[in-house]
Amino acid sequence: MAGTKEIRTKIASVRSTQKITKAMQMVATSKMRRAQDRMRLARPYADKMRTVIGHLSAANPDYRHPFMVTRAAKSIGIIVISTDRGLCGGLNANLFKSTLHLMREWQQQGAEVNLCLIGSKGLGFFRRLGLPILANVTHLGDRPHVKDLIGTVKVMLDAYREGRIDRLFLVNAHFVNTMTQQPSVEQLLPVEPVGTADLAEHWDYIYEPSAAGILDGVLMRYIESQVYRGAVENVASEMAARMVAMKAASDNAGKLINELQLIYNKARQAAITKELAEIVGGAAAV
Amino acid sequence: MANTIDVDVVSAEGEIFSGPALMVFVPASEGDIGIAPRHAPLLTLLKAGEVRIQTPDGGEHLIFVGGGVLEIQPRKVTVLADTALRARDIDEAAALAAKQRAEEALKDKVDKISQAEALAELTRAAAQLKLIEKLRKLKG
Repeated sequence: MAGTKEIRTKIASVRSTQKITKAMQMVATSKMRRAQDRMRLARPYADKMRTVIGHLSAANPDYRHPFMVTRAAKSIGIIVISTDRGLCGGLNANLFKSTLHLMREWQQQGAEVNLCLIGSKGLGFFRRLGLPILANVTHLGDRPHVKDLIGTVKVMLDAYREGRIDRLFLVNAHFVNTMTQQPSVEQLLPVEPVGTADLAEHWDYIYEPSAAGILDGVLMRYIESQVYRGAVENVASEMAARMVAMKAASDNAGKLINELQLIYNKARQAAITKELAEIVGGAAAV
Repeated sequence: MANTIDVDVVSAEGEIFSGPALMVFVPASEGDIGIAPRHAPLLTLLKAGEVRIQTPDGGEHLIFVGGGVLEIQPRKVTVLADTALRARDIDEAAALAAKQRAEEALKDKVDKISQAEALAELTRAAAQLKLIEKLRKLKG
């Protein structure tokens, strides 16, 4: 009978784990939906920004903002957006793998790599590499705000302006759908020339105070909005990945419980049979 | 509908207002401006303040913006609003905080990180207070 009690406690512990994973799965599902909404809400702003930049650069073809000039790449900056918490499958591992790939590619060309880390998982991973980390921010929560990112992005923009980095990349988990999240690498700086599709509707603005000043403000906000979008998308990806991982964990726990239940029943049956045999044997002896 | 103009107020975190308006007032960096339909195309930066939109049904919308960009196209006004209060010193403090965090993180001292974070929080709060005071002075 000693075995059955152990099995019963084991079943109870697996069951309580399953309860936790199930709860986490449901929480992740609802958070994912909200993160997806925020992703959608961020789109019009970025689109409008892009149009304004397109108009501006079409109207002033001779003026080139430093953010639009491509320099020889002696040194690059990478903004890596990772999650703050684990238990989300291979999301961060895949992200770091493609970041390392990007880093190696540029290092082979003789460029130095500077990092900007958003999220504590990335901090824990890249700290060990001994590369310069220019800025970092963690614990943005499930609802990242633009205001929490401004400082971090500004460090990288300043570094670019001062010529300490010649390229700026953004790495984050791209939300394809609930089942698939892929690491995405995007070049933020220099800003690639924006397509001027609506040249037919071309006019020039009155600028107050000056085209250069406005372009500076617009480009800065544009980069910030890109990083914000990356952060929100990363949250959606994190939640989706966690949802899938927790679903798998709950399913596995269910399977484990079934197996344990079977073993428990067998052990119980064996004990009963043994007891009966003993009683019958005892009765026969009398 | 010749006497209305389409207005879009969007921020990075969502759309705030979208619809026709009779008149829009915005706090541009060079001074407040009122925009009537058929305003000349204009591009300018905004400072913190109120965007006032008069709708055709006689209503009025007040939206607070922390700054941003204003674009006037021949038939359309777009306000790209900042969700955060921003001024040079606040941005600077935030940047400094981000740098500090990175330096502290590299040193791998947990208590130091929280200390730096607290310090950064303090500088940020102080900067924000300064801005609020400035805004109040500007208004009053």
